[in-house]
Amino acid sequence: MPQNELTTRSIPTNRRTPPKESDMNMHSMTVRGKDRYKSGVLEYRKMGYWEPDYAPKDTDIIALFRVTPQDGVDPIEASAAVAGESSTATWTVVWTDRLTAAEKYRAKCFRVDPVPNSPGQYFAYIAYDLDLFEPGSIANLSASIIGNVFGFKPLKALRLEDMRLPVAYVKTFQGPATGIVVERERMDKFGRPLLGATVKPKLGLSGRNYGRVVYEALKGGLDFTKDDENINSQPFMHWRERFLYCMEAVNKAQAATGEIKGTYLNVTAGTMEDMYERAEFAKELGSVIIMIDLVIGYTAIQSMAKWARRNDVILHLHRAGHSTYTRQRSHGVSFRVIAKWMRLAGVDHIHAGTVVGKLEGDPATTRGYYDICREDYNPMRLEHGVFFDQHWASLNKLMPVASGGIHAGQMHQLLDHLGEDVILQFGGGTIGHPMGIQAGATANRVALEAMILARNEGRDYLHEGPEILAKAAETCTPLKSALEVWKNVTFNYESTDMPDYVPTPSVAM
Amino acid sequence: MRITQGCFSFLPDLTDEQISRQVQYCLENGWAVNIEFTDDPHPRNNFWEMWGLPMFDLRDAAGVMMELNQCRKAYGNSYIRLSAFDSSHGWESVRLSFIVNRPKEEPGFHLERHEVAGRNIRYTTKSYAADRPEGRRYG
Repeated sequence: MPQNELTTRSIPTNRRTPPKESDMNMHSMTVRGKDRYKSGVLEYRKMGYWEPDYAPKDTDIIALFRVTPQDGVDPIEASAAVAGESSTATWTVVWTDRLTAAEKYRAKCFRVDPVPNSPGQYFAYIAYDLDLFEPGSIANLSASIIGNVFGFKPLKALRLEDMRLPVAYVKTFQGPATGIVVERERMDKFGRPLLGATVKPKLGLSGRNYGRVVYEALKGGLDFTKDDENINSQPFMHWRERFLYCMEAVNKAQAATGEIKGTYLNVTAGTMEDMYERAEFAKELGSVIIMIDLVIGYTAIQSMAKWARRNDVILHLHRAGHSTYTRQRSHGVSFRVIAKWMRLAGVDHIHAGTVVGKLEGDPATTRGYYDICREDYNPMRLEHGVFFDQHWASLNKLMPVASGGIHAGQMHQLLDHLGEDVILQFGGGTIGHPMGIQAGATANRVALEAMILARNEGRDYLHEGPEILAKAAETCTPLKSALEVWKNVTFNYESTDMPDYVPTPSVAM
Repeated sequence: MRITQGCFSFLPDLTDEQISRQVQYCLENGWAVNIEFTDDPHPRNNFWEMWGLPMFDLRDAAGVMMELNQCRKAYGNSYIRLSAFDSSHGWESVRLSFIVNRPKEEPGFHLERHEVAGRNIRYTTKSYAADRPEGRRYG
């Protein structure tokens, strides 16, 4: 059946092992006819929320949950309950179901697998009909999929691991306001990662002092500087002061270098009206980019994405707050889902991990996030935590940002892990340079250009990295000094989140 | 001053051998390399003059290097850059761009400030060299 071709490929069929406790569960137990609507309580798996024979349609949204049932709760029943509570069900049978095309609107759990090496956890695949969702609204999508069900008592924990978004649904979203290609054209920067830095200290600088940091970093060789997530409008620096001094710095650095420069002016505020006012002012001052925080909420993000598209301004998103629900493996929402939602919502930049820096990020999982941001098609890659084939239907690409605890000495590793279409943000690694901010920026830019040159020449830059950097440092004292100061800085801690599937030579992926 | 547009402006000027290796990298990726020159390097001057068309279907970097040397003979005291165009779906733009020739002296830019209402300032970046007519901007 041609309709099912894509869906069978998109789901890992090679590991279909039924949970031992209930072989019976592989068959539909749905009660049909009059009995289905007798008043009272019926198990979710009998109400039509467990349909193991259901073949998902190309237009269905599919969600993959990691379900940890309470002790004694059957995993199939728990998974059916997730399907039910995230779609049409309530705790008891209601006759009003019979006024609707209820079977269409019921989410259907069609597959439950034990999670490898994690006793008590199950992967539940749930299909949702497209008509359950309002077009172009992340708020509606998330209210359905994660709205109620995460507090459901029969579950110990629940995590939304991944989603397959059908093209029919993807096409209802604007997508990134600018996208990687147009951002590069506007910034006139091709062939290398872009460089940025977050102004530090993150709190306390006056507008004038703040602009000084921006000027030094941009003149020294960075492409962007950035407000931190909690720089909004505080007693030490009101937002207009920051915007005015930053734009003086940007324009001065542009004239000094002949390059286009930008600074992410954070327009996050208490109300939409305030955000629009700040964004308008940033535009009026000629800023190429503004910034928002994830905590403003999905609807506000989509509003700002539309504003950014209308006004030719790049939109940077700082994922402030995400670790509260993305970090733990058993409960919450995986960042790969947030990345997918944000690509739909329409931001241009998103922080997606550094692998080598100070913040959480296993290399394989991070690779999965980067692919979701940048590719037009993501094939299923269990070893990167990507559970579904995902077509993006030419939606603009979203530029990932690597920020937090990285420095010039890691340039070869960064390029290897993260590739070329990324913004590398060296905050401390620029501003903390012993010879000053300009020198710090220059060190990073020289290290980057030397590494790109070597890569393009076909050198084994990952292994020869330290050598390439040392050679470049011979004609660049700032780089020499950066390599010396941070030579032993690494952040090696165990990740709290990593893929459940590890590739083995015998398995064809 | 030194204009730092392009991918390798922070490194010492590339030798012809280094340029040729970058060109080879572009050709192996299936990108068409174009030679462009200008005496108006304003950061928002996107359209430098084209030295012929992008060189499609080329296999060997030597072809680009030959053209580059011709271009240098004619415009040796201008900015010359190489740009590589990728026609694949989803990109269809420049993949790599770097400066391969500069005028002997780079006078740089003047920042004009026009004070307007509030504390707002309108900025204009002007090339010192661009005050003179095209073709007579660098000596």
